[in-house]
Amino acid sequence: MTTVADVSEEGTDSPYALSHLDALESEAVHIFREVAGEFERPVVLFSGGKDSIVMLHLALKAFAPAAVPFSLLHVDTGHNFPEVLEYRDRTVKKHGLRLHVASVQEYIDRGTLKERPDGTRNPLQTLPLTEKIQAERFDAVFGGGRRDEEKARAKERVFSLRDEFSQWDPRRQRPELWNLYNGRHAPGEHVRVFPLSNWTELDVWQYIAREGIELPEIYFAHDRDVFQRAGMWLTAGDWGGPKDGETVETRLVRYRTVGDMSCTGAVDSDATTLEAVITEIAASRLTERGATRADDKMSEAAMEDRKREGYF
Amino acid sequence: MTSTIEPTEPIEPLSVEQLSETTLLRFATAGSVDDGKSTLVGRLLHDSKSVLTDQLEAVEHASRNRGQDTPDLALLTDGLRAEREQGITIDVAYRYFATAKRRFILADTPGHVQYTRNMVTGASTAELTVVLVDARNGVVEQTRRHAAIAALLRVPHVVLAVNKMDLVDYREPVFAAIAEEFTAYASELGVPEITAIPISALAGDNVVDPSANMDWYGGPTFLEHLETLPVSHDLATCHARLPVQYVIRPQTAEHPDYRGYAGQIAAGAFRVGEAVTVLPSGRTSRIASIDLLGEPVDLAWTTQSVTVLLEDDVDISRGDLIVPTKDAPATTQDIEATVCHVADAPLTIGHRVLLKHGTRTVKAIVKDIPSRLTLDDLSLHPHPGHLVANDIGRVKIRTAEPLPVDSYADSRRTGSFILIDPSDGTTLTAGMVGESFASPEPVRAEADEDGWDF
Repeated sequence: MTTVADVSEEGTDSPYALSHLDALESEAVHIFREVAGEFERPVVLFSGGKDSIVMLHLALKAFAPAAVPFSLLHVDTGHNFPEVLEYRDRTVKKHGLRLHVASVQEYIDRGTLKERPDGTRNPLQTLPLTEKIQAERFDAVFGGGRRDEEKARAKERVFSLRDEFSQWDPRRQRPELWNLYNGRHAPGEHVRVFPLSNWTELDVWQYIAREGIELPEIYFAHDRDVFQRAGMWLTAGDWGGPKDGETVETRLVRYRTVGDMSCTGAVDSDATTLEAVITEIAASRLTERGATRADDKMSEAAMEDRKREGYF
Repeated sequence: MTSTIEPTEPIEPLSVEQLSETTLLRFATAGSVDDGKSTLVGRLLHDSKSVLTDQLEAVEHASRNRGQDTPDLALLTDGLRAEREQGITIDVAYRYFATAKRRFILADTPGHVQYTRNMVTGASTAELTVVLVDARNGVVEQTRRHAAIAALLRVPHVVLAVNKMDLVDYREPVFAAIAEEFTAYASELGVPEITAIPISALAGDNVVDPSANMDWYGGPTFLEHLETLPVSHDLATCHARLPVQYVIRPQTAEHPDYRGYAGQIAAGAFRVGEAVTVLPSGRTSRIASIDLLGEPVDLAWTTQSVTVLLEDDVDISRGDLIVPTKDAPATTQDIEATVCHVADAPLTIGHRVLLKHGTRTVKAIVKDIPSRLTLDDLSLHPHPGHLVANDIGRVKIRTAEPLPVDSYADSRRTGSFILIDPSDGTTLTAGMVGESFASPEPVRAEADEDGWDF
């Protein structure tokens, strides 16, 4: 027996109760190490957004002092924020990582994908992503998805098997028991892995604050040229806005999520520090996606339908 | 859930310092179809500001589209198309809410009898299970089934929430009789801690705020209880166990000889200088240092993810188990366990499977299925021949390699395993090593000849 038997376990004052951030961190690290131990070719989806930045931070901690044994994959919609691409490239270089890029623009230029009438490129990411997974024979693909984001995601497993077409079948999911993750898959299939499943938006921000993690500037309030479309403030630019009848104005805004410029909206904010951002989120009456994502508003099952097709 | 729910006031965000004092509690609900489970879940989510305006709007919009007059809050939690179409919950969903004192992960499990496997899934990671009872009906068959699963999974805390007290005029004797009957039944099964709370999820009595209608009740509200019960319950009594997940060898100029064994401590605690044994090889060494994600520490405990360095250069790889030399489990190739079958295809005698225990996956064969348990009355049906989806039964398994298994009663992490179909990777069965309940006749250890040791 170990020598801690004499320590009081009464109430929550126990010195052995992990704080919730420590518990989430430990669980995520366990998930990264399980994948490193059981898969041949894992890859981390990295967009330069806060969730993928936290994933990379956790992976760095999980394997320290050795290097992260995974490469990174970015699905570039062609409409990315320049600050985010700069952050992405700087981070990849800093940690000596390998970056794969799947480009939506290349697919459009080739004629394999067609621009949608509404201009959003988010649904167009699925094909370049799944073809890159097949071409590089990735067998585990880490995503930063969280179950608190969306009700279809609340049903998502930590290890989520995808068939050879990268499809998710919510009715045929494996039960996840204890922390015994089952990563078995046939050739051609792969597993999507979500180490941040149990984190909330606030957990992510509080962890960023605790760990002092650097983020792209667009997460903090700044003056930006924006115009309004479908109730959202979109960044003006070559990607397709403003159109007739839409006017550009300079506003003090920040982003809560980072995605394609055509469907990710900014929110009015004067939060220039991590503390201010955390205060703002805790007081917000809107979810992250509700506030800033047009693509989730398409239908009641928009996320489920995209996930079924192979979206992350 | 029937009425409209107004948005709540936002919660105060905590500083990073305050956060270090908030802990995480995982709990699971187990409720029958009409006992008010979704009302309770809805109220907890709502009163903790976890239902936001855009989510409510989405629910209202969808409800209108269906021709319903009032928002149907089940739509908030039924996330899949098929669930909304059928109006039932078919799978476990995980939900999140927080108070100033604690963060909560709720495994929201369906109550239908045919979804026993989902309840088992939810309970496997839970520190607490909530069993809901309708005060008008009292303890029914389904209540006993839920108590049995909580006992089987060794969930440390059980709350009996006697709901719909408003419909029995908030009368104490009604509550007292149900609490007494349930406590007697669950205690007999070996549930270690039972707290009974009279509530009305719809009216809000004793859920978050104390009820003015039940001044005879002196205990905590449901949320108070969730916020204050101890979470690191088993550290003092657990055998220390570290399943090795991954060997960290940087082989860089800076760290030419670093060889660390990474894993999440499954039970107990480890200290620098402690004599340890590596299983199944049985080699021994001492802990030279412990890295807690980059920070050197003298002591680490469950469920921290750590990297351990040993004094001697012993051969250790993924799948090994590091334990204190003075407290090492025996290894065995013959496992007798209580299992819940979770796959659609049946489990049969002679089935060749893979068994995942900790970080080790080995070949195994199902040698015998001595009995199947009927949850309704806890009777054992001998030699059922096979187990089908949602069945709970006793199974004897022979493994291709010796495994250091603990009794599930001693350690939920190192006493549990899953069976996997080697042909397609399906998770077949959830297993718990050793005896299933506290009181029924013990399983006879047949290990005298081959190392069985419980």
